[in-house]
Amino acid sequence: MTAPGVPAPRPFARLERTARGLLSANAAPVFVVLIVIYAVASLMLSRTGQGIDVSSVLVRSVGLGIVAAGQTLVILAGSIDLSVAFLISVSATYASFIMQGDPTKQVLGVGVVVVIGLLVGLVNGLVITKLHVNAFIATLGMGFILSGVLNASFNDFAGAVPPEFQDAVAYGSIGGVATPILLLLLVFTLVWVLLRFTPLGHHIYAVGGSAETARLSGVRSDRTVIAAHVLCSLAAVIAGLFIVARIRAGAPWIGPDSHYDLESIAAVVVGGTALSGGRGGVWGTLAGVVILAILDSIFNSLQLNEFLQNVARGVIIIGAVGIYAYRERRVLR
Amino acid sequence: MQSPPMADPLPASSGASPPAPATSEAEAAAGPAAPPGPGAEPLLRMQGISKSFFGVPVLQDVDFDLRRGEVHAVLGENGAGKSTLMKILSGAYHPDAGTIQLDGVQVTFGHPRDAQRTGISIIYQEFNLLPERTVAQNIFLGREPLRGPLVDEGAMERDTAALIAQVDPKGVIRPDQLVKRLSLAQQQTVEIAKALSFDARVLVMDEPTAALSPHEVAALFERVRFLRKQGLGIIYISHRLREIFELAQRVTVLKDGRRVTTLDVEGSTTGQLVRLMVGRELEHYFPAHATPAELGDVRLRVRDGSVTNRLTGIDLEVRAGEIVGIGGLAGSGRTGLAQALFGVRPFNGGSVEVDGKPVRIGGPRTAVRRSMGFLTEDRKAEGLVLTLSVQDNSLLALRGLGRLLRGRPPVPISVHDLVRGVDLRAASLEQEVRYLSGGNQQKVVLAKWLAVRSRVLIFDEPTRGIDVGAKAGIHELMRELARQGAAILMISSELPELIGMSDRIVVMRNGSIAGELPASATEAQVMFVATGEKETAAAA
Amino acid sequence: MSAAASEPAMAAGSAPTVVDLPVRERLWRSLRSAGPIFLVLAALIVAIYAKQPHYNFVSMLKSGAPLAILAAGQLFVIVSGEVDLSVGSLITVTVSLAASIIKGDPGLMLATMGILVLLGLGVGLINGVVTTRLGVPSFVTTLGMLLILVGAIGYITGGSPIGNLTDNFRVFGRESFNGVPIIGQLPFSVVILAVVAGLTWWLMHRTNYGRQLFAVGGNARAAELAGVNVAVVRTIAFVLSALAAVLAGILLGGFAGVSAQVGKGFEFQAITAVVIGGGVLGGGRGSVATAIAGALTLQALFVLLNVLGQPQPIRDTVQGLIVIGAVAYASYRLRRSR
Repeated sequence: MTAPGVPAPRPFARLERTARGLLSANAAPVFVVLIVIYAVASLMLSRTGQGIDVSSVLVRSVGLGIVAAGQTLVILAGSIDLSVAFLISVSATYASFIMQGDPTKQVLGVGVVVVIGLLVGLVNGLVITKLHVNAFIATLGMGFILSGVLNASFNDFAGAVPPEFQDAVAYGSIGGVATPILLLLLVFTLVWVLLRFTPLGHHIYAVGGSAETARLSGVRSDRTVIAAHVLCSLAAVIAGLFIVARIRAGAPWIGPDSHYDLESIAAVVVGGTALSGGRGGVWGTLAGVVILAILDSIFNSLQLNEFLQNVARGVIIIGAVGIYAYRERRVLR
Repeated sequence: MQSPPMADPLPASSGASPPAPATSEAEAAAGPAAPPGPGAEPLLRMQGISKSFFGVPVLQDVDFDLRRGEVHAVLGENGAGKSTLMKILSGAYHPDAGTIQLDGVQVTFGHPRDAQRTGISIIYQEFNLLPERTVAQNIFLGREPLRGPLVDEGAMERDTAALIAQVDPKGVIRPDQLVKRLSLAQQQTVEIAKALSFDARVLVMDEPTAALSPHEVAALFERVRFLRKQGLGIIYISHRLREIFELAQRVTVLKDGRRVTTLDVEGSTTGQLVRLMVGRELEHYFPAHATPAELGDVRLRVRDGSVTNRLTGIDLEVRAGEIVGIGGLAGSGRTGLAQALFGVRPFNGGSVEVDGKPVRIGGPRTAVRRSMGFLTEDRKAEGLVLTLSVQDNSLLALRGLGRLLRGRPPVPISVHDLVRGVDLRAASLEQEVRYLSGGNQQKVVLAKWLAVRSRVLIFDEPTRGIDVGAKAGIHELMRELARQGAAILMISSELPELIGMSDRIVVMRNGSIAGELPASATEAQVMFVATGEKETAAAA
Repeated sequence: MSAAASEPAMAAGSAPTVVDLPVRERLWRSLRSAGPIFLVLAALIVAIYAKQPHYNFVSMLKSGAPLAILAAGQLFVIVSGEVDLSVGSLITVTVSLAASIIKGDPGLMLATMGILVLLGLGVGLINGVVTTRLGVPSFVTTLGMLLILVGAIGYITGGSPIGNLTDNFRVFGRESFNGVPIIGQLPFSVVILAVVAGLTWWLMHRTNYGRQLFAVGGNARAAELAGVNVAVVRTIAFVLSALAAVLAGILLGGFAGVSAQVGKGFEFQAITAVVIGGGVLGGGRGSVATAIAGALTLQALFVLLNVLGQPQPIRDTVQGLIVIGAVAYASYRLRRSR
């Protein structure tokens, strides 16, 4: 990524930098967990004569993954976003309502929900930074507000997205790879590049690490937090568009019923990002999302009780974060 | 701060006098060293700076100027307004009134970023580095070099290496190291490199030597002198008068938010500066040492105490009525010893006895039950609950011992007597302790331990961050507690305090006890044992 | 507040070191610090009365009791510096489990109650121990617990609650003392709320435990070094919150009946109630009276919107605006007083 011909301080420094960027040391354990779970799952499934269908696991991960990528940004910046679940509903429902199955209205539909998303993120960021409202409360309140507006406007599936939109976003494939997977990887790569190689990314880590230090170093902390929230809301909107492309029409309950707010936060922390901000990375989040998806896959394939799946999720979330906390304490000693 | 109003010996320090005569007086006193001739426009000129917080004036009509190639010291007690003045200079605060000129051009700063862009750089007392980020990422935070839309990490690390080489040629700091893996002195090197990377014309250093060993201080001074020769203006804030005489050309004294005067360092004396700063001659007599008759039985005894990777072979005895000082450089294990005794990071080898009975202290709760008390170095982070009242803080340890469902503290106690005993000045018992001065906060911490009748008290830097005027009060209290039979361990980096207060001095080095000195020891002797080097001792 | 301004005067200080405030001054201060939420509540009640003079405010108290009890429990967790997201699902579990144990047999009522209390103790203990001993942030611990509870009850009941509650179980949420002067009926749930309010007020504001709780939330490190058993103090807070959730579940089972949705959203409502009652996420500040007032304010708000004929979803929007507004106002006051 850096200029050729630059005398590097040490040989392979550039390679090292890239490697460090990909696999931050803090996130290492999550990949171990991922591999273990993958192995256990394969073993369990092989008895039934099935394997893990990686691509179906990934497709299942797309909606949650995209929100979680955005959630990673706000959590790294020391904030949190509980409004994403309702924003997903807003995005999906308004998109299908505006498009009404008409291919010529795709741009309009997407444009409107993107603008809504930008506004929601902006308001979240402004309320947190300018009115000094705790991020938990600010975005919880925003979630309530969106929920009220949405439920007052719609009480069932609204409109439909055209088949063209469904094919392009959710069911197509490019070069043999399913578009959902490409979309997922695209979002994660963009967020990774943002965090690793742009000033905004560096500032997000700085503000999450210490807002005061960042400010005294000349970073505009408020703008950084606002930008993180705008991007997170944008991610929620994209997730909503993807989901509506899968199911054809949006309804007010699709976001909250799948607990995208809490699950995205869970994926981020399972991926090794500290809830207090400043430490972690987006590939860990992807691993977290995939771990949760493999779990789904096991329960579905083995036809185990779907409710036990929630129990297993709860245990894995607590267990993973418990392991990180233990490692952190041991390093301190 | 609490000193009764005294007849003021110096007209210059009477706060109400208008600043203009003070300036002329100072410049008259400055003599030949400071000819404010034409063309000698100062590098920086702050004029009539005022700032209030919630109606309380913190700075009133302060003037300050800085020349190129000069180290200008700013001196004043805690609360005199030094930090606020520097935060205004750095753009972290906006002044209510007054102007700042840089090279004769008026500037206003809306954000620290603006000040940095005009070449004003500040190294704060608490380091402003992010432990989870690399050296290069820290140095270029907020103005990362770009290649297109992306950060040019190669250029960033290259420039970092060059900057660090400039500050610390022999150093081993790599640009891609995480800051959390660096020592304190290395972190300061990074801070200085960061400050220089702004193409600074004005460099402010706020108590830069607080965490450094004598060696590191000497190296730092060399760097400061080098920068001065490059034509930088350097503002140097310190309590340590010796450093000011060694390094600075001029000194500005602040008191109660006003500028008292600006003097040439050459020709002024320590006594004069202290008088200006405190408003009276500071003749700090330490209370008398313990007489043999006042010493009782051994209250605290440690035999061969050790903590893996931190402490080894600690043998220590403290008698009732005795104050034992713990000396040593930062990082020598002094605080580690205090933490081991109090069970924060307990001993995992050796034995501890309190009042002749063997005890095993595995955590602070046990320590409190064994009637030990620990006054930590960082009062706000570890000693007090800032959102609670004087009363609740004073009773906290006692309540920790009590049954959970009891309404009253486990023993009848008068909080009034308690706070009177430590001579606390507060508006009421309901006042939240965050509104108290440093000295009064320390008294609340002490009251907390007196409430549980602690017989072994560990003071870690008991007067750090406390005004010169209030220090004597804390010292008197400590001695009084010893006279009443407490055994006191006192960690101190301030040699006059260590020597003035201790009946015996135990000096630590590299996690073990390097030697013991009597009350009559000199500063040079302490430094000799602390460093294990004769040269350093001679220099000190 | 004037405390900051008084420091210079104090520093110039003279003979008296510390004075006690006169009782009237103390009362005035506590009123001023607690004031706004009571004013808002009073305004809402006046508005409801103006619109519908015959509205039965006792029934508002009755239906607000579960949330108020839940808020009182959540308050302990929030003051200690943590948060409890598992209470909503615990309510659901309470109701569903009670129904599936009792299965219409009145003789099992007491045994069921006993099991429910044990359930609350267990959930609270696990939340507390995992948070304090394993160092998992309580947001994550209780989120995990939420999933575990939802999954476990789904597994036990197969998705939709089975069995039904007996009248002697539902009496707590449903019945009233009759013939009470002035108000006529006095619902049991209101009496239970009053008892809970009194007990939690005493525990939080009048005991060693309460003072230690505020210390732990204000500065856990300082509290620990003062010999406070931080882990125990916080764990008790989680247990109280879980017990409050069980009690709220018993009342809701009484007048709302059995459903898998009964506890849905209650965790956020409880947090909202505490926060608009002046509790601060992050710990160290809050009071039982204002937290309960916060819960009743929410309830009064819902009643008012109902009386005004607003559609149900608007409740959410108004609740969102109010919680943001309340916290913005509180943080503005806190900054100004600094």
